[in-house]
Amino acid sequence: MSSSLASRRSTGQPDIATATQPQQTRRPSQSRTRSNLSGWGFATPFLVFFLVFLVWPILYGIYMSLTGKSLTGANDSLIGFANYAEALADADMWRSLGNTFYFTVISTVPLVLVALVMAALLNVGLPAQWLWRLSYFAPYLLASTVVSLFFTWMYNPQLGLFNDFLSKLGLPKVAWLNDPNVAMWAIVIATLWWTVGFNFLLYLAAMQNIPAQHYEAASLDGAGAWRQFFSITLPQLTPTTVMIVLLQILASMKIFDQVYQMTAGGPGGSTRPVVQYIFETGFTGYRLGYSAAISYIFFGLIVLVSVMQFAVTRRRSA
Amino acid sequence: MATPTLTRPTARTSTSEGLRRPRKKMTAGKIAALVVAAFIAVLWLIPFAWATATAFKTETDAAAPKVSWMPPSGFTAEAFVKVFQDGNIPLWTWNSFYTSAAITAITLVISALVAYALSRIDFKGKKVLMTVIIASIIIPPPVLIIPLFYQMLALHLIDTSWAIILPQVIHPAMVFVLKKFFDQIPRELEEAAVMDGASRLRIFTQIILPLSRPILAAVAIFVFIGAWNNFLWPFIATNDGALLTLPVGLQTIKSAYGIQYAQNMASALLAALPLILVFLFFQRQIIKGVATTGLAGT
Repeated sequence: MSSSLASRRSTGQPDIATATQPQQTRRPSQSRTRSNLSGWGFATPFLVFFLVFLVWPILYGIYMSLTGKSLTGANDSLIGFANYAEALADADMWRSLGNTFYFTVISTVPLVLVALVMAALLNVGLPAQWLWRLSYFAPYLLASTVVSLFFTWMYNPQLGLFNDFLSKLGLPKVAWLNDPNVAMWAIVIATLWWTVGFNFLLYLAAMQNIPAQHYEAASLDGAGAWRQFFSITLPQLTPTTVMIVLLQILASMKIFDQVYQMTAGGPGGSTRPVVQYIFETGFTGYRLGYSAAISYIFFGLIVLVSVMQFAVTRRRSA
Repeated sequence: MATPTLTRPTARTSTSEGLRRPRKKMTAGKIAALVVAAFIAVLWLIPFAWATATAFKTETDAAAPKVSWMPPSGFTAEAFVKVFQDGNIPLWTWNSFYTSAAITAITLVISALVAYALSRIDFKGKKVLMTVIIASIIIPPPVLIIPLFYQMLALHLIDTSWAIILPQVIHPAMVFVLKKFFDQIPRELEEAAVMDGASRLRIFTQIILPLSRPILAAVAIFVFIGAWNNFLWPFIATNDGALLTLPVGLQTIKSAYGIQYAQNMASALLAALPLILVFLFFQRQIIKGVATTGLAGT
């Protein structure tokens, strides 16, 4: 990394030297050239990766989506927007998009609210903070595969902990991962357990940044803990809440791992998210071009959601 | 769990209470909060406890139709022994470790360099570069799997570790986090060095980087956890059994063992262990890391 910088620098050196006295006397034109060189020099290593592994795949993906390219090597030629037209008429794609949005909607609310409750509890100043923090956050450190193994086992209809608990309460057993009406909720529960710790830490950090004077003034005025929470903590947290909701929506829209591992998209496609559909059309169905087209439709929707979120946040802060 | 935690604050009261937190008493509200916090903590620990209980059972007990925390045949480490004899978990852990370490190292170097340029150097096209990098934050990695896979095929990198590593080193959000931190470092600190004719690279490595250790650690932790746990891309990029990372390897174990619950749970726990241990050692830095890098979106 540093050697490439050094060589860039040394090639830049001669024209600087001929222009004026080197280094100490810094004339505007000379220092600007130097700044341009060193600026782009520092940016180069990142830019190389950025262009090769991000920009190029994006552009190449667009090209692929306009071809009939397949993993078996057939038909590399351009076919225009045929893939997009086919995708828009593809009920399975719409269903997987619907599943993704459904998951995003039903997961975001608990992932934000439970995180807020967790942080509010700890913000009271409880003893053994580290223990609660560790318990809430530890699942976030697990790989999706570990989470899926844990929960598939707990959801097991005959041997699992969930149904054992239900039957102890005298309730009927549930086919957690095999009932199309329940499976997505089962995935939401596992996801909540797995990732809420991240939002919790963001909330906790934000709460601890609220100046203590606010609370002192309020308690002098006789405001109780609840009053303080709703009149000081929550309003002060608004930017954090907005940010957590934004990040959570974008994260939830990318769901794939835990679904693929726990239900493989079933039963009957009821949990299959769009990322899995992209994966399947490309790698199981061998239709890379078609798969790329679906990727870009999904990408377009994410951009749309981001722009809408951005607009809402701006209006709120204006 | 409740007893030791309740005794702690009183012990603290007698020593440092008066200095640090003058109004720290166990009020009724606090006790209520403690009870709720403990309840959630128990819920959150149950999956770990249940997996551990299962992993230490015989397969017969684990598969018994009656849920039991205390198995009839007693606890045994049989499942762990079998998983270890298998030899896969250590291999996958090693694969995860060195790919994640490489991803973290490359990410740190290239991101810190570009962030420094964006923070401190006035150069032509800086605004455009900044806008492009910020805009790229919204690109969801899953939409790139198809072209990236094809690119790796073309570069003959499929079934090498490079296929796992290279596409994971671009973290536009982290560039932004680093830039924001560099912005806060007072310029006066560099001015003396500039007067002495120190090069940019020298200022960067000898003044900026040493002052940025906390944020560098935060970014490193964040990127490492992400790389360690990434499933989708390593799953696509490697078919070679010798290269599988921990999450991808574990996915294959499920079908291989069929219904061997104790071994499944033993594998899962062994896979979870490294990061949990790391967390126990670096708790403070990790929490700070998530808080600072996660908050960067604002």
